[in-house]
Order: sequence, then structure tokens, then C-alpha cells
Amino acid sequence: MAADEYDVAVVGGGLVGIATAWGLSREGLRVAVLDEGDRAVRASRGNFALVWVQSKGLGLAPYAGWTIRSSNAWGGFSDLLKQETGLDVCFQRPGGFTLCLSEKELEARANTLKRLHNQPGMIEYKTEILDHSQVAKMLPDIGPEVVGASYCPLDGHVNSLRLFRTLHTAINERGVAYLPSHRVENITQEGGVFRLATTQGEVRAGRVALAAGNANMRLAPMVGLEAPMKPERGQIVVTERLRPFLNYPVVTLRQTDEGTVMIGDSKEESTDPTGLTLGVSATEAERAVRFFPLLASANVVRTWSAIRVMTQDGFPIYDESATHPGAFVLCCHSGVTLAANHALTVAPMIARGVLDKTLVAPFSARRFHVQETR
Amino acid sequence: MFKRLGDIGATLTLKVDGKPIRARIGDTVAAAMLAAGIDHCRTTPVTGAPRAPYCLMGVCFDCLVTIDGVGSRQGCLVSVREGMEIETQTGKREAGR
Repeated sequence: MAADEYDVAVVGGGLVGIATAWGLSREGLRVAVLDEGDRAVRASRGNFALVWVQSKGLGLAPYAGWTIRSSNAWGGFSDLLKQETGLDVCFQRPGGFTLCLSEKELEARANTLKRLHNQPGMIEYKTEILDHSQVAKMLPDIGPEVVGASYCPLDGHVNSLRLFRTLHTAINERGVAYLPSHRVENITQEGGVFRLATTQGEVRAGRVALAAGNANMRLAPMVGLEAPMKPERGQIVVTERLRPFLNYPVVTLRQTDEGTVMIGDSKEESTDPTGLTLGVSATEAERAVRFFPLLASANVVRTWSAIRVMTQDGFPIYDESATHPGAFVLCCHSGVTLAANHALTVAPMIARGVLDKTLVAPFSARRFHVQETR
Repeated sequence: MFKRLGDIGATLTLKVDGKPIRARIGDTVAAAMLAAGIDHCRTTPVTGAPRAPYCLMGVCFDCLVTIDGVGSRQGCLVSVREGMEIETQTGKREAGR
């Protein structure tokens, strides 16, 4: 086998790609990761870093079970990474909150959770609705406007920039070929070998795993797959480092292990990652101060926008190609939450050459055709 | 460490960590601290390394101090006032302070 041939070519060097590449390497395969350059639109550097369970799965119950599987595997996953690299990704799972600023918000929250948990086939787990005084026992710095919250003990968070670095360190130490500035232009399959034409020449591999985020939309049809995406923009506001005051992540606000407070879960229909809508940042900051009034005097040191990887219905896509055996596609919004699944569950499936339908059949892109009407 | 050039004219008094220091009217907090021989004004939030005023023009943020109870203020951008209470800042700022 030539030097440019691999058992698996993973397309995409973000969190989904490198978690999958790490898992494939653990299966003993020779793996290449084909990535774009430093200017790639990279969700892995802009995300909010939650390992989040509550409210996932409304509309597709198996997504809740899939999420919990990863959430449960996350502790072991971070331990494995630490053993290999000596780096700590600071995974914490104290449970998490969604805070509500009015009775109406709290009622809507309770109704959403009721609908979620009443779905047929829904995995059972606990999400509680708490009133102000119950929340204040766990989050003593909440403001008077917080009327209540939902709390799920399965929720957690990590230091996502360190996760990104740790996975890159781990795949590098394992001998995975990381190929930056290798934007994939075309993929063909001849005699069982995939030929990936890149801006820096051809790479060959026995299998292909597409993990290129929103760019899967462009790549998937090359190997008989599809990835209908709907990218959206989110903005994050970041404060200076503060002494720890927040022991639990809130879905829109968290304090990192190093003291920084990150704020934001905005959604805009934009694919421009270079701009910032000031009104959106202001709204995020205003709600954050109503949640925690002591933040009013904190200095903001950064704001950024990033493009979310989002499928058209928000749920993941895992598929294998019928026309190009050995080609797989992985799309999801929650590259942090699902990293443990991609490394420890999906990668071994790709190594075996076949997806385990008992786990991932609900996430086939075929679901987009079922309800299509004219 | 630093010496004043000539006569400093009218002075006022402010406190740094409770100790009175004399400053020239028109000094910045950072300049007054340096002139008083204070060799660091804060320690960093993650590693706790000592830091002193560096750029003196609002760019480097190494001169952060607590001024009259408000944390993370740039000492090089604030003029001294009579009776001002300065505190050196240890590690991370306390939220709400």
C-alpha cells in the first residue's frame, strides 16, 4: 500500500472528525484526517461546550437515548484522553439548569418537557421543574426575576478548546495522518478504493467517513449519500475571568474551569461568521444580568459569532452508502456532547464496515423523504 | 525603582492596600504606584504570576487594580484623586466587585 493510502480517510478535522479518527485509530486502522486550512469555518472553535441532555429529542425520541448514551460515556472518554495525552479536558457533570424569567416562560418550559417525556419510546430520566427558592439553594446568586428553572442531573460541560487540542494531540501521538489545507474537491471510488481529490493532490483510502459539518451537504452526494443541512449563526459573549460563583452550567450561561463566563445561545439565519449583530449580544448580556445581577459589573473581553452545524431537522445523520460501499456520513449539531459516541460507538462501526442499525437506524437521512408531500 | 524628575509640586494622598502614598496631582494610578515603589499591582487569574503596569497607554491590561471597590480597572487610564482607595488584585476578580 502506498504512503498516500489509508484504511479510512476522515474528511473534516473538527470535533466530529477527530473524535471519529481517534476511535478508528483505537481499532488499529491507518487513518488520515483531511482538513481545510486555518481559515476554515470551524464550529469546533466557536461552540458553547455543553455536554447537554435536557430537552434533546422532542420530535425524535431516539435522539434522547443516543444523547444519554454519550453523556454516560463522557467520563470514561475524558479519562482515556487524559491517560493518553496527560491533558485534562475538564469534564464536569454537576447537572444543568434552564432558567426562566417569567411564569409564562416556566410554564412553556414545563409543557415542552412534558411533551418530550410523553413521546412513545422515550428513554426515562429525570428533569425537575424547580421554583425560585429551590433554584436559589443551588445557585445562590440568581436575581429576583428568576421565577424557576428546569434542572437535569445528567447535564455537564467541558473546556471545549482544550478538548479540540487534546483530540488533536491524541491522534497525532497515535500516528493518524493529519492533513491540513487538504480541502476535498471530489471523491470517486474505483475497484474498492476511494480517491479523494484535494487541493494538494490525491489521497486514497479503503473507506471514507464524511465529518465535514455543513460541508457534508456538498460532499455526501459524491458517494451516493445526502446531508441536508441548514446552517445558522450563534453569538457568544465572554467575560473576564471571575472567581468561581456558578457551580452548575445554565443552558445559556456557564463559567469555565478557568473562571471565564460564556453567555449566549442566539440563533440567526446567517452563514457569515465574520460579522456580529450587536443587538443580539446586548440581548444575551441583558438576560444574563437578570439571571445573575452580579454580572452587571463584569468586563466583556470578547464576543464572537460562529456558524452552527445543523441538519434540516436538527437531529443527527449517520448513514452508510448503498452505491459506494465503505462510505459513511456523520452530521450533528452537538459535536461536544456526542464526541464520546463518535469515538467509542460510531468509529468501531465504521471499522467493522457496517453501521449498527439497532443504534443508529433512526438517524438515517432517509427520514427526510418519508413525509415529503407536494 | 523609579525616581521623580525634579520638584513634583502639589501632592495628594491616596491609599494602596490601606497604606497611604503621596502622588502628584495629574498622576495616573499606575504612575503613582510605580513612583511609590510598588513592584506589582496584581497577580494573574490562572497562574498567579505578579504583574506590574507595562504599556501605560491602555493596551496591555497588566495594570488592573481595584479602585474604590470596583475591580479590574486599568490603573494607567485613571487619574489619582484625594482619598482614593486602591487595592492590588489577587488572581481572579470577584464577580460583582
